[in-house]
Amino acid sequence: MKCGGFRISYRGDERIFGTSLPIVGLVVLLVVLAFVPRFAGTYWLDVLNRIGIAIIGALGLNILVGYTGQISIGHAAFLAIGAYATAILEAKVGVPFYLAIPAAAVLTSGFGLIFGIPSLRLRGLYLAIATLAAHFITTYGIIHWESMTNGVLGFTVPAATLFGMALDSDARIFYVIFALVVPATLFTKNLFRTKVGRAFIAIRDRDVAAGVMGVSLFRYKLLAFLISSFYAGVAGGLMAHHSRILFPDAFTLLVAIDYLAMIIIGGMGSILGSIFGAVFMTLLPEVLKLGATSATGVYPNAFGLIASTRDIVFGLAVIFFLMYEPLGLARIWLRIKSYWTLWPYSY
Amino acid sequence: MNEHVVFMLQLVINGIAVGGVYSLMALGFVLIFKASSVVNFGPGELVLFGAYVAWATILNMTLPIPIALVLTLVIAIVLGLVIERGVLRPLIGEPIISVIMVTFGVASVIRGFLNMTWGSDTRPFPVLFSQQPIHFGPVPVSPVHLWSFVVVMALLAGFSVFFRFSTTGMAMRATADNQQVALSLGVSVKWIFALSWCIATVVSALAGIILGSVRGGVDFSLADLGLKVFPVVILGGLDSIPGAIIGGVLIGVLENLAGGYLDPILGGGVKEVAPFVALVIILMLRPHGFFGKREIERV
Repeated sequence: MKCGGFRISYRGDERIFGTSLPIVGLVVLLVVLAFVPRFAGTYWLDVLNRIGIAIIGALGLNILVGYTGQISIGHAAFLAIGAYATAILEAKVGVPFYLAIPAAAVLTSGFGLIFGIPSLRLRGLYLAIATLAAHFITTYGIIHWESMTNGVLGFTVPAATLFGMALDSDARIFYVIFALVVPATLFTKNLFRTKVGRAFIAIRDRDVAAGVMGVSLFRYKLLAFLISSFYAGVAGGLMAHHSRILFPDAFTLLVAIDYLAMIIIGGMGSILGSIFGAVFMTLLPEVLKLGATSATGVYPNAFGLIASTRDIVFGLAVIFFLMYEPLGLARIWLRIKSYWTLWPYSY
Repeated sequence: MNEHVVFMLQLVINGIAVGGVYSLMALGFVLIFKASSVVNFGPGELVLFGAYVAWATILNMTLPIPIALVLTLVIAIVLGLVIERGVLRPLIGEPIISVIMVTFGVASVIRGFLNMTWGSDTRPFPVLFSQQPIHFGPVPVSPVHLWSFVVVMALLAGFSVFFRFSTTGMAMRATADNQQVALSLGVSVKWIFALSWCIATVVSALAGIILGSVRGGVDFSLADLGLKVFPVVILGGLDSIPGAIIGGVLIGVLENLAGGYLDPILGGGVKEVAPFVALVIILMLRPHGFFGKREIERV
């Protein structure tokens, strides 16, 4: 019976999955996902699309905050830059969609480098405040550069075409989003099996000590910002195509806090955690909406209370996880899993 | 007098008046940080809470104004105790990201609670001061601004005396300076943490009441003003009370001057962003502000 992880060869040590069961599970999951658009209605497809986008964004934020320990409240600004850059490249420059998203992501990582420069001097709290300021400055730029972004009036994004097919429905954009979620997850998984990933973790645990041991803080802190904002750029680009109209209001400080909450609730420094967190935070308002719909019979005012209920539940969830389960849903999942692996001799 | 000078004086005076309120909010923030190294990322919600409770007690429950104000401050004290006891004490010693996020969580709960109880419509705020402008030479000043400035300065003077001469104030300073030494000298550090949160919520509630009467109404945009605390405390230094006071006034003047002179050129909104531009510049040049304590890092 398997009662622990034994690595007796280098190949075994390098493996991502210890057993074949998770691989089978993932393949089944992917096949199911491939058929989802045939069955799911527009509402659930829309929710799934938002989950996919949130997964990419949360993975990026987790690389920066969870793995490298650089606190950033500027993630919404990165998403905004990615979204607007994609939209502008397509609508004003005429770049095709499959080039616009990578180009926008590269541009966003350029901004990520600029955001990251304060991290060389500042740490923890001060860095958080610096990214907060960067968020406001970016939002100001987007609202007031009206000739490019259309300001508060909103920017309409044309439907993308891929292989002569217009990506104008939720079902079609669904495939694009999940075709990007898979490599994004794999890349993150592999990143932390390399020297770069280990350097990130060393910086998180104690950056001065990591510096003394020969990890170039300059290089790796900026690299973390670069990779993280690249993810955010991709997520932003997908957002532009998913919602098809961009408003500066979609990228407020609350969005940045939502993303931070995703990685806290899901689990900091955990890939599975980013996914769980993205699912949780996207489903939370939807579940409340469903609850309100069924409660309108008893209490006709229920719908008006969704926004405030969401705020309260969100706040309480964040407080609860920080106090009782700081490693998040990923940790709960691990506990359930290990219980069943060792069953019936678990204790 | 030249009309340019009058325009500038007007901006500066408005800036000082608004800056006084920023000083108050920053004072609450600095007190919490000094005592317990907790950064409160929801200062705006505390201000909002004070303003809404004051509105509810004065206009909704139609209590006489002095009683209503006292009641508001008592409720603010209870809020401070609940936050400190319920949420932040269990998190002592946790990583900074946890503390930052938990204050976001608390802010979110407060916002949701206010929204659920009183809705998100703009509420007219009771007129506490007369509307007739007072003229200082050619510069008109509204009494609300003048009074808010007087109240702020009186409060700040009161706090200075409190920290300088009272035993509790000295215990708070001692805790801020060195917790272990303070503990060994018989200061109850837990009580100091709770007290600093109470003072912070009370001060924020006062800021809310003043802001409400300056604007003549309360709505959720008041909470956004709370974020102006960050430029103020970075300018003054996160752990400096004089820094918070001077920083508040400076940021208030800066945003008004920037708004007055740059808005016509850049097309609006400069007032909102100028403090944050200043914040970035200060962080790059002098991360610990003008009065803050410089940290030395050892492995």
